Amino acid sequence: MELLLALSVGVLVAASVYLMLDRNILRFLFGLALLSNAVNLMIFASGRLTPGAPPLIDAGEYAPTGVVANALPQALVLTAIVIGFGLLAFTLALVYRTFMTLGTVNSDEMRVAEPVDAGKEAGK
Amino acid sequence: MADDYPSVDRVMGGPAGWISIAFPTILFLYFLGLLPEIAQGPQVHGIEWVPSLGVNLSVLLDGLSMTFVLLITGIGAAVTLYSARYLGNHPDYPRFVSYLLMFMIGMLGLVLADNLIMLFVFWEITTIASYLLIGFNADNANARRSALQALLVTGTGGLILLAGLIVLGTVAGTFELSQILTMGDMIRAHPWYLAILLLFLAGAFTKSAQVPFHFWLPNAMAAPTPVSAYLHSATMVKAGIFLMARMNPALGGTDAWFWILTLFGGVTAVFASVMAMRQTDIKQVLAYTTLMALGTLTMFIGAGTHYAIMAAMLFLVVHSLYKAALFLMIGIVDHATGTREAAVLGGLSKVMPLTGLAAALAAISMAGIPPMVGFIGKEFMYKAGLGLEGFGAFWVTMMAFAASVMMFAVGGIVALKPFRGDLRPTPKAPHEGPWPMLAGPLVLGALSLIFGLVPGVLGYYLVGPATHAVFGQVLPVELYLWGGINMALILSLLTFLAGWLVYRRHQSIRDRLAAFEARSPIDFDAGWDRLLDGFKAFAAWQTRLIQNGSLQRYMAVMFATFVVMVGGTYLLKGAFQGVPGLSADGVHPVQWTVLGLIVAGAILTVWTHSRMTAIAGMGAAGIGVSLIFIMFSAPDVAITQLLVEVLVVVLVSIVMLRLPYLPRRSKTRFRTGHAVIAGGTGLVTTFLLMSVMATDFDRRLTTFFEVTSYPEAHGRNIVNVILVDFRAMDTFGEIVVVAIAAIAAFALLRGAPRRKPEEES
Repeated sequence: MELLLALSVGVLVAASVYLMLDRNILRFLFGLALLSNAVNLMIFASGRLTPGAPPLIDAGEYAPTGVVANALPQALVLTAIVIGFGLLAFTLALVYRTFMTLGTVNSDEMRVAEPVDAGKEAGK
Repeated sequence: MADDYPSVDRVMGGPAGWISIAFPTILFLYFLGLLPEIAQGPQVHGIEWVPSLGVNLSVLLDGLSMTFVLLITGIGAAVTLYSARYLGNHPDYPRFVSYLLMFMIGMLGLVLADNLIMLFVFWEITTIASYLLIGFNADNANARRSALQALLVTGTGGLILLAGLIVLGTVAGTFELSQILTMGDMIRAHPWYLAILLLFLAGAFTKSAQVPFHFWLPNAMAAPTPVSAYLHSATMVKAGIFLMARMNPALGGTDAWFWILTLFGGVTAVFASVMAMRQTDIKQVLAYTTLMALGTLTMFIGAGTHYAIMAAMLFLVVHSLYKAALFLMIGIVDHATGTREAAVLGGLSKVMPLTGLAAALAAISMAGIPPMVGFIGKEFMYKAGLGLEGFGAFWVTMMAFAASVMMFAVGGIVALKPFRGDLRPTPKAPHEGPWPMLAGPLVLGALSLIFGLVPGVLGYYLVGPATHAVFGQVLPVELYLWGGINMALILSLLTFLAGWLVYRRHQSIRDRLAAFEARSPIDFDAGWDRLLDGFKAFAAWQTRLIQNGSLQRYMAVMFATFVVMVGGTYLLKGAFQGVPGLSADGVHPVQWTVLGLIVAGAILTVWTHSRMTAIAGMGAAGIGVSLIFIMFSAPDVAITQLLVEVLVVVLVSIVMLRLPYLPRRSKTRFRTGHAVIAGGTGLVTTFLLMSVMATDFDRRLTTFFEVTSYPEAHGRNIVNVILVDFRAMDTFGEIVVVAIAAIAAFALLRGAPRRKPEEES
């Protein structure tokens, strides 16, 4: 399972990187969403995979009985999911505002801060 | 010139001037008191500074550092006294003095350091001080250029030296010089010896301006004259010489050492002496003779015999005495007449007798005429050269001879010609210099004479101990004025004859050299400009390449860097073989299905050109991830993931209502380069995850949370306890992040202009 999961994470990462390299920022956005899933899965898997034993303490006990899943990466991933969502929501708003203001979703055409001519000047 | 400034009325530079004079004077007297003690043997004192890195504030005071310390403080006192009068009324004089003192401290630290890292720190302080002092007249474009050139050349050398210091420290196992110097045999036999040597010499040769790194030194004459006398003649440029001398017991004595030093030193000495003949500005003449002296010193340190080291140490002192005096002298002449052109000056001894006396004393020492100490210096150089074996003897003696002939001639040009004959008209009416400016050159000139008459004192207290420190063995050092009639004396007489002939004809020689230089294709200074232009062009090229303003390019560079760095590390460390024991056996069909869902969702998102399909693919992958969380015992995570995924799909779909469609398939093309980067990133990530999961797992932190969760926080859901109790501040931070994102998104959406989306076709 570990091998297959690692391969799946690899596919997820490859797909999201290819999308993020697109000049269409909608596709960039899809890539960002996939990448946050890939990274969460990776953090989770690096804490090892334990099927069927959630990190809970039975009533009357003071510690888990037997081996339970690693609680630490779960806590990290929970935080990461929420942060990733915040990032994505903000990016979404940014993309929306950008299109409303500039009228394009092509990142190459967004040269307000760095006009093409200025880039050439700086290069000289 | 230095006169074009609004004058400020200060007596001897005001408080800044007095402090600057007192500092080197007191230190000079203090170290002079230590002289008898150090003549008996070296001392090491130290305190720890960064013990974990082996960096200590330790001091090594032996004959070599003592010689340098006395030169730095003694000439420093003369120079600061001179400067107080020369620049004391300059509005920026306090700034000048602080640079000068900064340099003095750096130089003292450099020669006294016992720790290599300390040595490097002080080495760099002198470089920076030199930069600031050369560029002191900062409104002059030429001064700024020269300052930057000196900084870049010596600074680059300094960084190379740092590499050498670290390699040497690694090989020796210590950064303390007093220990390293005893390990010479081990270091010379080490396979890294040559690398250490070359790195050290790169630092020494740039600092001490050996050909082909010499060009910055004549340009450094843009600095005020006291600076030229002090930094760029008597002390700082000798830091490279100091380094070679200091490292001689550890690095010296090999063939590589001998030939590199004698060849570079010899070429520098002769090249510089020819160039000195070419100059018309007396300060430039002196600059090139300084180069010549540095070359000569390098050559004799390279020669490495006891006599050669002795000759080098003697010449070091001799040169500092006469050259500082000559520089200060030409400053007085410049101040008094308004020019430094050799052709214009003449007959000055009538109005400036004391300046003329100082010039004469220094120049006679430079020419190597008895009874000055310069004569003894030259005799010992010839003896040392003749004492070598084979081609080395011929080369060193010939180079020393050629340089000495030129020094004789140059002595005449700088000190005889301006003062002899009829008084010539100059831009200003000449007058005798004031006493603070005359004191230094006169005392230094007098010392040249006194040491010539009683060389034994110099030998016992300075040259002897310094030679011991550099040579590594204690052998008797006796200096004498008259050594009987021998080969060295005959060579000396030949030197005088040849030098006199060159001096007589120096004007026609200069004209011929000027004509030759005009035709010569080799111009180091112009080459430097081309090198800098090349660097700038390279920087511009790589900026255009990596930072061209395109988001795609930035992303591609970042991901490609990740692939190359992490993947490259895997390849180099052979870690791809170290990922065993992970097999696909025993995978449940449900697991296959879930992983298939994730992979299919990801591929669908990439493949499709419909926004709705892409959102569906994205959602499918997200739900697959949440199913993984459920399967592997993370119900809380799975629920959150599911909620967030639904929210993402809804939000993205809403926003898409107002955004344009994706370009049609016919309008897009497959980006092979990006596919390679993406595939590489995925591959490296897969290996990274596999190797993480294949290593032993440290459960300590997890166990801590498991056993303390209930007793301390009274929670049975460990994940929840971590989030709201153990790591509550993290969770609070997370809430803040989401709140900020929400506020920022609100700000973005508020008042956005409305635009009608294009129709899907």
